[in-house]
Amino acid sequence: MLKPSPKAPKFTVTRNACKLCTPLGAALVFKGIRGAVPLLHGSQGCSTYIRRYLISHYREPIDIACSNFSEQTAIFGGGANLKIALDNIRRQYDPEMIGVATTCLSETIGDDVPMFIREYRESCAGEDLPPVVHVATPSYQGTHMQGFHAALQAVVDQLAQGAAEAGPHVNLFPGMVSPADLRHLREICADFDLPVVLLPDYADTLDGPLWTEYQRIPEGGTSVTAIRSSGSARASLELGDVLARAKETAAGLLWKRFEVPCHRMGLPVGIDATDRMFAALAEISGRPTPENHLRERGRLIDSYADGHKYVMDARAVVFGEEDLVVGLAGFLGEIGVVPVVCASGGRSGHLAACIAERFPDHSQKGIQVLSDADFVTIETAARDAQPDFLIGNSKGYSMARRLDKPLIRVGFPVHDRVGGARLLHLGYRGSQQLFDRIANTLMAARQTASPVGYTYI
Amino acid sequence: MASIPILKEREKHIYRKGAEPFNLTCGHHSLAGVVSQRACVFCGSRVVLYPIADALHLIHGPVGCAAYTWDIRGALSSGPELHRLSFTTDLREKDVIFGGEKKLHRALVELIDTYQPRAAFVYSTCIVGIIGDDVAAVCRQVSREKAIPVLPVHSEGFKGTKKDGYKAACEALFKLVGQGPVDQISPWSINILGEFNIGGEAWIIKSYYEKMGVEVVATMTGDGRVDAIRRSHGAALNVVQCSGAMTTLADMMQARYGTPYIRVSYFGLEDTSKALYDVAAHFKDNPAIMARTQALVRGEISAIFPELQKIKAAVQGKRAAIYVGGAFKAFSLIKALRYLGMDVVLVGSQTGNDADYETLRDMCDDGTIILDDANPLELSKYIIEKRADLFIGGVKERPIAYKMGIGFCDHNHERKTPLAGYEGMLNFAREVYRSVNSPVWRFAPARAAAGKGASPC
Repeated sequence: MLKPSPKAPKFTVTRNACKLCTPLGAALVFKGIRGAVPLLHGSQGCSTYIRRYLISHYREPIDIACSNFSEQTAIFGGGANLKIALDNIRRQYDPEMIGVATTCLSETIGDDVPMFIREYRESCAGEDLPPVVHVATPSYQGTHMQGFHAALQAVVDQLAQGAAEAGPHVNLFPGMVSPADLRHLREICADFDLPVVLLPDYADTLDGPLWTEYQRIPEGGTSVTAIRSSGSARASLELGDVLARAKETAAGLLWKRFEVPCHRMGLPVGIDATDRMFAALAEISGRPTPENHLRERGRLIDSYADGHKYVMDARAVVFGEEDLVVGLAGFLGEIGVVPVVCASGGRSGHLAACIAERFPDHSQKGIQVLSDADFVTIETAARDAQPDFLIGNSKGYSMARRLDKPLIRVGFPVHDRVGGARLLHLGYRGSQQLFDRIANTLMAARQTASPVGYTYI
Repeated sequence: MASIPILKEREKHIYRKGAEPFNLTCGHHSLAGVVSQRACVFCGSRVVLYPIADALHLIHGPVGCAAYTWDIRGALSSGPELHRLSFTTDLREKDVIFGGEKKLHRALVELIDTYQPRAAFVYSTCIVGIIGDDVAAVCRQVSREKAIPVLPVHSEGFKGTKKDGYKAACEALFKLVGQGPVDQISPWSINILGEFNIGGEAWIIKSYYEKMGVEVVATMTGDGRVDAIRRSHGAALNVVQCSGAMTTLADMMQARYGTPYIRVSYFGLEDTSKALYDVAAHFKDNPAIMARTQALVRGEISAIFPELQKIKAAVQGKRAAIYVGGAFKAFSLIKALRYLGMDVVLVGSQTGNDADYETLRDMCDDGTIILDDANPLELSKYIIEKRADLFIGGVKERPIAYKMGIGFCDHNHERKTPLAGYEGMLNFAREVYRSVNSPVWRFAPARAAAGKGASPC
């Protein structure tokens, strides 16, 4: 059994965190719901910092409201502020949903947010009140990924409804993937002729065209009506190996409450993992994998053959959210790259097991797994591991620079390049892009290191 | 388009020049539920202290506050770069229940042992006061044990506004002032306050003073060093930039050490020259300083004048909107834009006070919109109404401009280009030119609509 390495040397402080706080993940989920406005119940800085962080990646307007605690609020409780905030959001944005996520402050003072919302609803009797979904996201519990999944669960828990008969649609919980990934997943489902409730779906809200008229809430996202119907879907697909081991998930809840069959699998990165997703979609839809995707699969394998010698036995440091790390590691293994360090700031406790499952020979390969790790710890491990490249978000850049190794930017955030939202990771097509980038990075390194300066490799 | 509604409570924060009576409310806590562009107390403290490069900056709280402020600013150092690391106690649930003092103590000891800083700043975040940690006591204890100043910064996010964060930072800094030797400091000496060395701005400013024959004792806090701050009370004059971020410290130094201060700005030719002349005038006992200043100003302006004229010809008559943190910066920007022949149609700030807004009113043309503590909806409404060609602001304002096909100039602490001084003015003009005159706006739907004679909104 592969055990996560301890933080070595044992350090109390988190230095250059490889994770973000829970409300960020919740806000992102709410941005993927049509007409929704996220509201953080806490200090002004929480929403402003999170907005800035998200905007620097997505490069889109991202409005996240805040109940804006003052000293009095912290003493007397945030009920009054929350209600004023709900009122003001309704007046300004006319939203189809408001997603309330708590913060460490409101959780620590013990605000009973569900009660505040109930009281607010009662005070608005007779008005056309949009659904107000609440999720508890104290930042001292878990990372942004816990916030993300908790928000999904809360949305489903508070909105999904059952029906006498299952509908034609499928629920797809893709995890925290890019707008390009979401668009690709929608396209895949459409090619299977499967109506999909994709949750969240910020493909358009966080990666849209310029506007002719100002949009208070950017167009796009999965509607509340669609989310309500998730209880009557013919099946749910939930992506992420680590998530699959969680006690409670959105798809799990739909199974328990409405008996919506639940298919769990890792992120579809690489042939094997993508095959699993296509097989599940084929089973659910009763249709074979569409020809265009088979051809994409074929071209991907063709490129594996063309490039295999450039990537074989290359050593990679993989870091980021746990599910992305597992997905990438599996893909790297598939092409002969050894993910010598698999690291995440997450601490689900499942990362090591998921990596071990992908790599039964992990000890011969010397694969090291770091959970609850910060970037200083990852850099120390990376230095020992002598990688050929690093693959992860842009926060690894300073580490890559010191190690003098190329960084292949994937996931979130990408703060030092344009196009973070357009990075595609999933499906045969996403894997193709990853493969090409990895092979080209290694070829470029070889070319640069050569005294000859080959123009032909 | 559906018009963007303005909340009744917000109406008094918005003024259209020409309307009588002049009545603009400011200095209030932001309204709950409004997407204020402001951050929090912690942000204010972090902004002021961040550039001190040989000090340890430890953020006591859950992970978010540290993660969102890791290496985000362009504040350069000529030596140590401890400020670019992000340290946090990363409080977990059990710390919140049992208190974080022991963890804080352990954290400080190990960080000081590892990084050997000249001083340490410990920032309190929202929940620290709520869980009852006595941060000051821990700081005193570690200071005794490690024989370096360990300074608590009372920056709980909800305890006021960003301005209170400035004040908390100044109070922490003031504990360092007066602790170092002041012999061998020239009688013609200054401290530069409120200059954060974004993209090397403090170096530019410092080089002017040195050419004038004025010694710079400490820059606070750009490229800051603990030892320089400790001897800063030996300077003859404090030269304070920025809207009050560091005026508190100047006031405290005046009260205790009798150091006089003047307020300046280094943005634009007019204000930069005035700053240098004001300092020279202060040292009238040394007329050589004034003579050198005149030569310097002449030389600097003539070096950039030809290119500025070319840019002016290209941007003349364009309309600009300004939304910045401190109003003082807006004064300079109005002058700088006018120098380029541009009209200012909107100006606002997060933290302006009554006097600031009166000055803005006096400076602006009739019809100009003046905004206090605005939000994305209000900013959008008025940049569209006023048909701005350029927006000057920070990361959070940038996508609002771009979505409507409006050029943008970053003028915040995250930029990497120096905009201060004479060469800074040239950089500013180039950036304005590059954005406003880019051919890409031809494709922006809102601009295309405007080009056909239709209103862009």
